[in-house]
Amino acid sequence: MSDDTIDLKLFVWRQEGPDAPGDFQDYSKYAKGVSTHASFLEMLDLVNERMSADGERPIVFDHDCREGICGCCGAVINGIPHGPQKQTTTCQLHMRQFENGAEIYVEPFRAGAFPIVKDLMVDRSSFDDIIQAGGFISVRTGSAPDANEIPIPKESADASMDAATCIGCGACVAACPNASASLFTAAKLAHLNMLPQGQAERYKRTRLMIQAHDDAGFGGCTNHRECEAACPKGISTDFIARANRDLLVATVTGKDGRLV
Amino acid sequence: MTSALTLTRTTIGQKVVVAVTGLILFGFVIGHFLGNLILFVGPEAFIDYGWTLKHNPPLLWGTRITLLVAVVTHIGLTMSLARRNASARPSRYKKAREDQVTSYAARTMVISGPLLAGYILFHIAHFTAPGLAFGGAEFDHVNIYANVVSSFNVWWVAAIYVFANAMLGLHLFHGAWSALQSVGAQHPRYDSIRRNLAIGLAVMVAGGNMMIPLAVRGGLVGDAEQLRAAAEHAEELRAEAGMLTGDHDDVSGEELE
Ligand code: HEM
Ligand code: FES
Repeated sequence: MSDDTIDLKLFVWRQEGPDAPGDFQDYSKYAKGVSTHASFLEMLDLVNERMSADGERPIVFDHDCREGICGCCGAVINGIPHGPQKQTTTCQLHMRQFENGAEIYVEPFRAGAFPIVKDLMVDRSSFDDIIQAGGFISVRTGSAPDANEIPIPKESADASMDAATCIGCGACVAACPNASASLFTAAKLAHLNMLPQGQAERYKRTRLMIQAHDDAGFGGCTNHRECEAACPKGISTDFIARANRDLLVATVTGKDGRLV
Repeated sequence: MTSALTLTRTTIGQKVVVAVTGLILFGFVIGHFLGNLILFVGPEAFIDYGWTLKHNPPLLWGTRITLLVAVVTHIGLTMSLARRNASARPSRYKKAREDQVTSYAARTMVISGPLLAGYILFHIAHFTAPGLAFGGAEFDHVNIYANVVSSFNVWWVAAIYVFANAMLGLHLFHGAWSALQSVGAQHPRYDSIRRNLAIGLAVMVAGGNMMIPLAVRGGLVGDAEQLRAAAEHAEELRAEAGMLTGDHDDVSGEELE
């Protein structure tokens, strides 16, 4: 491993609150000598340390696990949510992806349904509203059921698992030309709708979660598939077609809450 | 209570209606394109084709009304969805968001759509009602072969049709693929062919339609002899209709079924 360091031309979006005006600030002077082994967030940590030392307010950004599984981190880096590397969260993006002297613009995920809290941090509680509308199964929670008590075809289990890899980061919304959360909603729907345990509430869940999606002010899907390209888990837009089909069945047949 | 009417309460439900009306229009455009190809069979066949359609009121008006309802619904819902989508990101990206995979066709649906609407109005005024003639020719409601040839001999009329069909191709490519997605026609086994199917249909319809103005300008269609045959055939039809006005309509109606 080399100990390469790079100097960056770093521009970060600064905004005091949801309705305050914001702007890009040039932090290039704090972004010199960055290790190429640092993750993007570690680079921001370093910049923040240097800024604090200078008496400047550090950049606010969301993060938690820093291993690409919690869905907390996320920023639009040079016009791409989570930056240039495919299927990678911001915390797992490493500075070796950038050339020495690279210009980097960092701004928050932008959507009406994701108000900016401060700087790069956005409020994604509209995702919670979508989950609360139907992203669960109603069962008596007692002792753990026996393994393999309910037979599930391997293909269904795999597909459901693919959908369940969604970490709810919001990159799909950030990438969508319409700021739609269709991929998030569809992934959460498929996750439950493709398993036997999810059948009882399948159509009601579909209708309620899609309604919650619209109520939150997200745009509609126009099939650009930018969400799939930006998704750190590579979740397929085929799940959106599935959700559409279930919604069609739910509304046209009025199948709410019934299996057949 | 949920019923089919609640479909338009969600963005996805609205998209389903857009897709279904779009597919109705798509079906018509394919049929229309196949009909247009009869031009290459010859002047008589083309004139007969037009004559037969015009003398079948249930088919003619059934199609016209279906298309009118479909196109009005399609435009109304797409425009309202487009407005909603445009306002879903009130604060724009300051460093432009970089598109990764979307297509030119997908990004320009709200442009190709309205351009098509304008073209549809022009096209109806041109070949149907009232019927427009260009380059000093006269419009003839029976000799549609002559209408096509004289119009496309005017370069800018031909150019409008070529350009409009390029728009149609773009709109159909994204539209066909998008519509399958919107109605949930998805299956792992067939997903990979959905896009190719859309490209194939779009190229076939748009390319086939473009061939007509291009063939006229290239001199492949519409030479003096063909025009004479067309004029003669139109006269024959007129004379025939004059003789058997009453039963003629019935005969052509039965033939069509
Ligand atoms: C020849 C006539 C037309 C055909 C065959 C056609 C076909 C289609 C189809 C199949 C779709 C995809 C449906 C979906 O998934 O939602 C579509 C979408 C659309 N159409 Fe049309 N259409 C026609 C005319 C028009 C006109 C005249 C307009 C507007 C004035 C228009 C505007 C749109 C828009 C904005 C969309 C949605 C685009 C998107 O999802 O990004 N279309 N059309
Ligand atoms: S911080 Fe958890 S996914 Fe990036």
